[in-house]
Amino acid sequence: MRIGVEYFVAVSAIVFGIGLFGVFTRRSPLILLLSVELMLNACNLSLVAFARYWGDHAGQIFALVVMGVAASEVVIGLGLVVAVARRKVDLDVDRMTALRN
Amino acid sequence: MTYDVAFVAAACLAIVSALGVVLAGNPFYSALSLIMNLVSLATLYLLLQADFLAAAQVIVYAGAVMIMFLFVIAYLGGRADEPSRDVPLWQLGAAVVAGAAIVVEIVVAVSTQAFGGGATVSDQFGGPVELAGQFFNRYLLAFEVTSVLLLVAAVGGVVLGSKRPSPRVDEPDAFPAPRETPPELELQAAVMRAETAFPVTHVGRKQEES
Repeated sequence: MRIGVEYFVAVSAIVFGIGLFGVFTRRSPLILLLSVELMLNACNLSLVAFARYWGDHAGQIFALVVMGVAASEVVIGLGLVVAVARRKVDLDVDRMTALRN
Repeated sequence: MTYDVAFVAAACLAIVSALGVVLAGNPFYSALSLIMNLVSLATLYLLLQADFLAAAQVIVYAGAVMIMFLFVIAYLGGRADEPSRDVPLWQLGAAVVAGAAIVVEIVVAVSTQAFGGGATVSDQFGGPVELAGQFFNRYLLAFEVTSVLLLVAAVGGVVLGSKRPSPRVDEPDAFPAPRETPPELELQAAVMRAETAFPVTHVGRKQEES
């Protein structure tokens, strides 16, 4: 059986859906960030699959840029989490409604 | 044949570890599950002839970003755990429906297309030479902008990490002025002040000898 591009995209969609479920359900900001990373990686997989399908490098370049963006976002997100924890506020996104102070 | 086996194994591992990320009780287990997910995705990249991307994924993503995550989880300790309030059932149901809707939509959209075979590519397709050729010629702007973005993120991380928090509106005396240090401990207090960014209050030693 030949594994076409649709199988890779299906795996990417499933991982994306699981990440989406995690973002909606979990309340700890760390797990939230991890679920967002899951979604980003699923998109990367889809990009690389289509890059191979079309024989174009653009998908892989895009995936590298997405990786860089995800790394930057993780740095800022973790900095925020640490800053919030230092202020002795409960680490619960349902309660962290205002970032002021 | 090995291609199919590798694909099925990596895909199952990716899906199982993704479930592990969102369903684990302990944030450490979630982070380790994500590492497994990243490695299985790197295997899938190798199957898609994206060699450089697979290596970059393991080195940068699983190697650096996840280590940062683990550091923060270890730093937070018990505070990183989920708050004990339960998720209402309707929210869980809505989340499952939303996730399933996205999956079904993408799978339907992809399977109704007649894709056929992929383009034939050279052996060097995902290698660093060809990728660098594209990056520095056709997508140079993306490269430069990404480097600026990384610089901004690094600066932002330093600012978030080192800034001394300002007192909250409802807690005016969160950082009281430091007490007077006794003269024999002034040198010590000066050294500690130089080393930390937070106010240092020195607890005076009890007078043991008269």
